[in-house]
Amino acid sequence: MPDIGVRNFAGKINSPNPFWLASAPPTNTGEMIMRAFDAGWGGAVWKTIGEPITNVSSRYSAMDLNGQRVVGFNNIELISDRPVEQNLREMAEVKKRYPKNAVIASLMVASTREAWHEIVTRTEDAGADGLELNFGCPHGMSERGMGSAVGQVPEYAEMITAWVKEKARTPVLVKLTPNISDIRTVARAAKRGGADGLSAINTINSITGIDLDTLVPRPNVDGKSSHGGYCGPAVKPIALNMVQQILADGESALPLSGIGGIGTWRDAAEFLLLGCGTLQVCTAVMHYGYRIVEDMAEGLDNWMREKGFKTLEDFRGLSLNRVTEWKHLNLNYKIVARIDEQKCIGCDLCHIACWDGAHQCIHLDRVSGPVDGHVELHRTPSEEEAVSRASIAETPVTRKERAAAFAQGPFPMPLERIPRVDETECVGCNLCSLVCPVHGCITMVEVDTGLKPETWDERTKGAACVTQTQTP
Amino acid sequence: MCPDFHGVRMSTSALPHDENLRARFGELKPALAAQAAVIEADRCLNCFDAPCTAACPTHIDVPGFIKRIASGNLRGSAMRILDANILGASCARVCPVEVLCEGACVMVRQNRKPIQIGQLQRHAMDAFWASGEAVPVKAPGTSKLRVACIGGGPASMACAAELCRQGAQATVIDRRELPGGLNTYGVAEYKLRSADSVREVEMIQRLGVEFRCGVDVGSAAALEALEAEFDFVFLGLGLGAMQRLNIPGEELAGEDGKGVMNALELIAAYKAGHLRELHGTVVVVGAGNTAIDAANAARRLGAETVYMLYRRGESEMSAFEFEYEHAKQEGVQFLWHRKPVEIRRGEDGRMQLETVQVRETNGKLEVIPDSQSAIECDLVVPAIGQSPLTQLLQEVRGVEVRDGKIVADRATGQTGNPRYFAGGDCVNGGREVVDAVAGGKRAALAILKTAEVALA
Repeated sequence: MPDIGVRNFAGKINSPNPFWLASAPPTNTGEMIMRAFDAGWGGAVWKTIGEPITNVSSRYSAMDLNGQRVVGFNNIELISDRPVEQNLREMAEVKKRYPKNAVIASLMVASTREAWHEIVTRTEDAGADGLELNFGCPHGMSERGMGSAVGQVPEYAEMITAWVKEKARTPVLVKLTPNISDIRTVARAAKRGGADGLSAINTINSITGIDLDTLVPRPNVDGKSSHGGYCGPAVKPIALNMVQQILADGESALPLSGIGGIGTWRDAAEFLLLGCGTLQVCTAVMHYGYRIVEDMAEGLDNWMREKGFKTLEDFRGLSLNRVTEWKHLNLNYKIVARIDEQKCIGCDLCHIACWDGAHQCIHLDRVSGPVDGHVELHRTPSEEEAVSRASIAETPVTRKERAAAFAQGPFPMPLERIPRVDETECVGCNLCSLVCPVHGCITMVEVDTGLKPETWDERTKGAACVTQTQTP
Repeated sequence: MCPDFHGVRMSTSALPHDENLRARFGELKPALAAQAAVIEADRCLNCFDAPCTAACPTHIDVPGFIKRIASGNLRGSAMRILDANILGASCARVCPVEVLCEGACVMVRQNRKPIQIGQLQRHAMDAFWASGEAVPVKAPGTSKLRVACIGGGPASMACAAELCRQGAQATVIDRRELPGGLNTYGVAEYKLRSADSVREVEMIQRLGVEFRCGVDVGSAAALEALEAEFDFVFLGLGLGAMQRLNIPGEELAGEDGKGVMNALELIAAYKAGHLRELHGTVVVVGAGNTAIDAANAARRLGAETVYMLYRRGESEMSAFEFEYEHAKQEGVQFLWHRKPVEIRRGEDGRMQLETVQVRETNGKLEVIPDSQSAIECDLVVPAIGQSPLTQLLQEVRGVEVRDGKIVADRATGQTGNPRYFAGGDCVNGGREVVDAVAGGKRAALAILKTAEVALA
């Protein structure tokens, strides 16, 4: 039975599992957080505490994709609109009733040493297990010199982290904004300031869309909009990259709470494999509720069991060193696409993708055969289409005609529609396998080039050596 | 506004607004709700050179119109359909999609439900109607070409529409009161309402097609007059009347629901509101799709018992599987391997249908001795197909009729007489609306090309 508990994260934060709620609407009140703990969440980062603000309505907007709602999510909500005392009173209550769950206080106050000292002391007195400094909020608060206004200036971030560390008794995490050219500059600053850990990423500046009737971007606040913070499934790849950047950089690397598009145990496993110690979730919960944590915990547990991992530490960071600079990739590694004729349903999306989006090496010529010449000749996609548009089709009205029309050959699809990969031309780009709707129909298979592995780095350095030796 | 079909002012309001008809023949497949249509459209994989498009006789760009529904470009979606098939609205309702586009959908190969192409096409076409938009045409008179299309059904309408869209002039001539052919008179009302067919005819009229209704051109003189007036003649005649059973008693008229009435007469009568109710027992002779339409109609009109009588077995019936299933759900009962030999009217006024049991030996049907039995019923409905074409065409020089079908070039519809083209049931022997549309359109394009060559 694998153990998915977290021990001594960022020094001394424990939680029964790595799944924390991110600082956001799902952690607005003590009552909500207690329900979340009941549902199975290991920890919660309290919705950012600071001087109460006034919000606008509306506040959210989303990106839908082909019927899938909320592929990406955007908000212009600010930090907690509740008094500091009320949040802290509830925090003490939560800690009393749920001593094993991690309660982290997200904080944001004016950029003075006194303000930070005061809020740190008060939240720790309320029982917080750790502090998360919100240097990431990209909208509203940044216009007041807080949030990402701090997170985008390494000197400020370092200074405020240092102020907090002067007082803090619990681990201090700095939440990083992705709205900066290199997230490592602020990660390094936080580390220099003495941070015990990092949280990344915060939301990405965004305008999700424009209403084509009113011409007002979303969310609409009385005829105007404002850029918001983007999150949800769509941002995961960006978050994973930034997590990798931070953890692969010695001057940045600290215990990291991964954030950005996590909604399933698979996403969670990926962040852990890049080295995160805990995970924070918001959008998926806003979409489906606290209950999603059950499958996240179960799924991670089952995957660990299958892979033989007993604790999170057994696999944490295992994929980190699999990311390298491009110049260290093997130029002599070659794969080609193979199409399983028994699985192909004849949608021919691989054919059109290869012709219009890649290298013109998937053809519909299994029956007609290629036309040989100086170079192999093929009908273009538009010529293929013209042929079928010019054909005469009739409704099979008799039993005999119907039997003929739906006759099953050796493959599920007539051979004419099953594409052929010209392996001599295939560059192994993966595109066809990515667009193929049938699982396992197109596989990318390694072919032996007979060449020793060689990277660009090695090749150019080798060339440099040769040049040197040849120079008299 | 009422369109003018050659003096006879007609509109959908001329058709009976019959509550009884509406109630008994409600739509078999209700329209998709707007969001359901988008969800369904999103399921479409957008195949390249899609098999559904290839399977459609009119080669509608199916993924093209479906993805336009998904993106909210409904006008573009409808235009995509109408460019390929001007009768896209009725085809969406009457096409046997199970053996056409949906049967070819690649989803089926993954053990998944095919995309509901017919329903999506209807969605796009309904939106087009609702918008009140017109189909774009080239300026009328771009070409001086004049073409007469004989027969007012789908083949002629498709041919005439295509000609007008390309700037030529086309006139549809039909002997019935309303144009539309079987679309107006012969399709089960729960699939396509006559009113919807007439609405489609009106749209074609707005393209510039002239309609002459109630005009019979069944004489040599009339044909000569047409040849003088027009450059080309398109024959979209359809098939002849329903085949006769050729048994005694077949002449006992049954307009009142008691006697003998063939399937097309029955369908036309209830659609026009002339036949409002049936009672007792109805026997439909035959097992094709029209037979099923008639049997279902008899049930819906109130007949307590409806039999379908077929001389062969279940596995040989020509109706589509989904039509057979539908008939069973309507409560139609099937009597296999049985054939009628005589119809009599009993003293009580009810009908006696004398039948015998047959069996098939070496491909031949033979009567089983002593198997005669009578079915007491109220209405006998012969439905063993339409008869082949009759002599009219043999009078047209060079137009050959073989096996009851006009001989025409498959790709162009051109007959042995170069001024005569043909398409639809009269050429293919009786297929679907979509086949007629495809044939009519191919002929229109061939006529335009022939004219161009002739003028050049």
